[in-house]
Amino acid sequence: MSASLISFAYIAAAVCFILGLKLLGSPTTARRGNLLSALGMGIAVVVALLDKQILSYEYILAGILIGALLGTLAARLVAMTAMPEMVALFNGFGGLASLLVGWAALATLLASGGAVPPFTRASVFASILIGGLAFTGSLLAYGKLSEILPGRPFVYPGQRVVNGLIVLAVLACAGLFMADAANSNWLYLAVGLALLLGIMFVLPIGGGDMPVVIALLNSFSGVAAAAAGFAIGNILLIVAGSLVGASGIILTTIMCKAMNRSLANVLFSGFGAVRSAANGPAVERGEVKPISAEDAYFILEAASSVVIIPGYGLAVAQAQHAVRELQQILQAHGCEAVFAIHPVAGRMPGHMNVLLAEADVPYDLLLEMEQVNPRMDSFDVAVVIGANDVVNPAAHEIESSPIYGMPIIEADRARTVFVLKRSMASGFAGIDNPLFFKDNTRMLFGDAKKTLGDLIKAFD
Amino acid sequence: MEAAFLGLVFVLAVFLGFELINKVPSTLHTPLMSGSNAISGITLIGALAAAGGGEPQVAKILGTAAVILASINVVGGYLVTDRMLAMFKRKDGDKK
Repeated sequence: MSASLISFAYIAAAVCFILGLKLLGSPTTARRGNLLSALGMGIAVVVALLDKQILSYEYILAGILIGALLGTLAARLVAMTAMPEMVALFNGFGGLASLLVGWAALATLLASGGAVPPFTRASVFASILIGGLAFTGSLLAYGKLSEILPGRPFVYPGQRVVNGLIVLAVLACAGLFMADAANSNWLYLAVGLALLLGIMFVLPIGGGDMPVVIALLNSFSGVAAAAAGFAIGNILLIVAGSLVGASGIILTTIMCKAMNRSLANVLFSGFGAVRSAANGPAVERGEVKPISAEDAYFILEAASSVVIIPGYGLAVAQAQHAVRELQQILQAHGCEAVFAIHPVAGRMPGHMNVLLAEADVPYDLLLEMEQVNPRMDSFDVAVVIGANDVVNPAAHEIESSPIYGMPIIEADRARTVFVLKRSMASGFAGIDNPLFFKDNTRMLFGDAKKTLGDLIKAFD
Repeated sequence: MEAAFLGLVFVLAVFLGFELINKVPSTLHTPLMSGSNAISGITLIGALAAAGGGEPQVAKILGTAAVILASINVVGGYLVTDRMLAMFKRKDGDKK
C-alpha cells in the first residue's frame, strides 16, 4: 500500500472518530457514534497492518489476539456496577501502551545509528512521562474504586514537599534526557519517575473527588497517545489523542464547576482528610426526626409529585432495581416520580445515570440539577438515597463551610424530605449536614435496599 | 517545518475536541469517557509499527507488549461503551 493511500485511510479514520464523538453527544445517536468510532479504529488498524514497513506478523497477531480476548472477556463479564473501575483500568493500559510506544520509537532510532532530533526526544519523554503517570494513576484509581484499597484520600505530613521534590527530579531528568538521549540510565529514570508520579498524584485524592481524577486521567491517556504520535510522526495518533485529551479536560472542568472548586484545589488539598478538622463553627443542631417505613408510605401514597435524589450510597447498597420499582409504583399511583442527578453524584462522571440505566430507568426521567431546582418547591416529597454533600444546604447557608458555594440539589425546599441513610455518620466530606435537622426532614435509617423494599411492600 | 506542521495538527484537533464535547449532556458522561478512552487506544497503530519492524529486538518486545495493552484498551473500551449505551432507553421503551 502506498504512503499516500495510507494517509488517506488515516484521514477517513480520523473523520470516523470526529463524527463518532459528535454522535456520542445525544442519547439517541450515541450507540451509532460508538460503532462509527470503532469502525474508524478498524480501518486504522487494517491499514497499519498493510504498511510495508512491517516485516513480521507473528508478534503482532499474537499480541492483538491476546489483547482482544482479554478486552472482550473483561468487557463482557464485568458487572455493570463495577463500570467505574473497569474504565479506569482500560485507561491505564492505554497509558502504558503509549509509554512503551515512545520507548520503542527511541530504541529504533538509536539502533539505526541516526541522531535523535530534539523534537523527537521531547516527544518521547512526554509520552513516557504522561503515559506512565496515566498508568499508575489509573491503577491506583482502580484500586480505590474497587475497594481493594481504602477509598479515602491518603495524606501524610510533608506530602507537598515530597511531591515537589519528585517534580524537580522529573525536570532534572528531562534536562539530562534532552542532553543525552542515548544514555539509557536517563530513560529508566524517566520511566521510574513517571510511574512514581502517577501514584503520588492519585494518593491524596479520594471519595467524592474521584470523578475529577478519573476524567483527568482519561485526558492524560489521550495526551500520551498524541505525544507518542509526535515521537513516531504519525498524524492519526496526534489527532485522535488530542481529541481525547480535550474531551477529558472538558469533563474535568465540568466536574470541578459542579463542586465550585478549582482543579488545583481538588488535586492538592487532600479534601476529605483536611476538612473534618476544619468543620467551621458548630452548626446549630435541631433534632433528628426518624420515621418508620410505614409512616413514610402514608406520606408517599398521598404525594402527587416525588423527586428521588440518588448518591454513591445507592450504588454501594446496589439498590438501583429497588428504587426503579418504587418509582414505577408511584407512577402507577398517578404520582409524578422523577430523579434528580447531581453532576458529581457517585464516583465517576455520569455514574448515577449508568447505574439507573442498568435498572431500566428511562433517561428522560433523569433531570439535571438546573432543571429540578427551579421547581423544587412544587415537589411533595424529595427522597434522598445515599447522597449527602450534593444536597447539603450548608453550601448555601453557612459561609464558613468548606463546601460553601458548591451548587447543590436543593432538596430542603421540597415540602417533605426523606433521607435514606445507614446511620448518622457524616458523608465523605466529614461535614455536618443541616438538612438532617430541618423541620421538614424525616430520616429513614437502615440499608437503602431494605428500606426501599419495605416501602414497596407497604404499597402492595 | 515537520515539527511545526505536527504541532498545528495537534492544536487544531484540541480545539475541535473542545467544540465537539462541550455540548454532551451529563447523562452521557460515562459512555463519553469510556468511548473516548477506547479512542486513546489509537496508540495501537504505533505499537504495530514497533512490533512488526525489523530492528532492534528490544523495540519488538516493547512493541508487542504495547500491542497487547492497547488491544485490551481498544476492544474492551468499545465493547463496554456499547454495553452501557444499549441500556439507555427512552420512556416509550425503544432501545436507543
